[in-house]
Amino acid sequence: MNEHLQSIVQALQERFEADTYEFRDEVSLVLRPEQITAACQSLRDDHHFELLVEETAVDYWPEQTPRFHVVYRLRSLKHNLILGLRVPLDGNSPSMPSITSVYANANWFERELWDMFGIRFEGHPDLRRVLMPYDWVGHPLRKDYPLGYEEVQFSFNFDEINVRKPYAQE
Amino acid sequence: MTTETEITLTPASLDEIKHLVSERAIQGETVLLNMGPQHPSTHGVLRLLLELDGEEVVNCIPDVGFLHTGIEKNMEAKTYEKAAVMTDRLDYLNNLGNNLVYCMAIEKLADLDVPPRAQAIRVILTELQRISSHLVWLGTHALDMAAMSVFLYCFREREIILDIFEMCSGQRMMTTFFRPGGLWRDVPADFEAAVRKFVQLFPERVNEYERLLTKNPLFLRRTKGIGVLKPETALQYGVTGPMLRASGIAHDLRKAQPYSGYDLYDFDIPTFTEGDTYARYLVRVEEMRQSLRIVEQALNKLPLGPVRSNNRKYVPPPRSEIGVSMEALIHHFKLWTEGFLPPKGSVYVGVESPRGELGVYLESDGGPKPYRVHWRTPSFTNMQILPILAKGHLVADLVVLIGTVDIVLGDVDR
Repeated sequence: MNEHLQSIVQALQERFEADTYEFRDEVSLVLRPEQITAACQSLRDDHHFELLVEETAVDYWPEQTPRFHVVYRLRSLKHNLILGLRVPLDGNSPSMPSITSVYANANWFERELWDMFGIRFEGHPDLRRVLMPYDWVGHPLRKDYPLGYEEVQFSFNFDEINVRKPYAQE
Repeated sequence: MTTETEITLTPASLDEIKHLVSERAIQGETVLLNMGPQHPSTHGVLRLLLELDGEEVVNCIPDVGFLHTGIEKNMEAKTYEKAAVMTDRLDYLNNLGNNLVYCMAIEKLADLDVPPRAQAIRVILTELQRISSHLVWLGTHALDMAAMSVFLYCFREREIILDIFEMCSGQRMMTTFFRPGGLWRDVPADFEAAVRKFVQLFPERVNEYERLLTKNPLFLRRTKGIGVLKPETALQYGVTGPMLRASGIAHDLRKAQPYSGYDLYDFDIPTFTEGDTYARYLVRVEEMRQSLRIVEQALNKLPLGPVRSNNRKYVPPPRSEIGVSMEALIHHFKLWTEGFLPPKGSVYVGVESPRGELGVYLESDGGPKPYRVHWRTPSFTNMQILPILAKGHLVADLVVLIGTVDIVLGDVDR
């Protein structure tokens, strides 16, 4: 690992009592949901991580604690570094603070996470679905959401099929 | 059959979007207008909800998702190698770039080597792809301003590039030519001559486009000072690629974190500080020239040798080995039925696509199928800047601004 990155990771580790996860020279900090805004703020202002590259999630169903991991990746143009953050979330309808106040482009990433995984972001200015139709039920990228082999849902048979669907509903 | 009255759909009420439009829209002083999803200048199926005061855009609310095909979900149900076919369909102007980043993610996950010849051919083809993507952008961008002839010239040159792709892979667009560990097969014998011919012919053609546009007073009036993007706003919104470079930040992943042997080649990163539509035009035109430089250098020092890794746990053996080696037959059978099993873990790989940083987040649970694939697509992120660029401009300029962001809806909606 790069020395500069090492020092940043160490500083954050001490401040947030966080674990690290390392694989193939990529390092991620594992944080608690309530720490994420402060951590992003500190990374952007004190350590020059100017870009939020991506924000995504992984579903570990049928595991419940944690069921989801929200994954952030920040890039520093000044120091040419990349750093990951991971936030484990418990339960079927989790929620965590939004980081839109720190990185403006988290807006659509978080809308996508709400759409695809059903993770709520508190303090998000506009938490609507982004890719699926606005009246869609369910969150398609969850592992308990079926991929296929099912009757196609149209408006005339929507309710009929929806009753038989086992996956988590809002 | 059902009658119309039985269909119950909750209408998107004004309440739901009230926080996005200004107070004047609710009072009825400004007009709400839908642009798209079927509109020729939105470059695909993009819907924009516009709040207009006369012809001036007060608010612009993009609505995406009309081309959502669930590629991330589908990839979770296929083996690593079979899922590679779906990557072509994401950004349909940068097919080889999508192949590249997906293969690089698998190679990083599995710690798989790529022979130098495969690396060099990957660079040649992705740079040709960058030129062809910029040609489509330039053609349609000029077409949006009613300059029809530029469009025809650009597509004429794009055909030559697509012919080279067809020569290599049998397909013009959905090539899937790059595979984990190298290439599908070596390039044909006349590949080098075809690329050399293009390298010789293209510089004059770029000058030709520039003669048509760069000093054209109509083009200047439509682009200079339109949609100015400040560097701090660009960073805050995570904008990457030519848009960031036109705002004065020389960030290019090919230079910052060289991959696939980009550090072997000599090229510049065109950067302008104006941040307007004209600067973005200049950046992209100059990028075509730089890409051509890379292609020429890579072609000159194209090494000989194999084009795919010899690691039989990940790469199927060639046909000639299957007849004589029992082990090769077993590997062939295992790789095409079960697929390969990379170690447990997660990686992120980002490359510089024609539109910005194209990244893939790949998580493996140790099984033959990817546990999670997330595509960090440049169009999806860059798209968020459109409302900020459009504010205060005319509707006619909005058409130009959609072009200058250079979105591909397949890339936005995945």
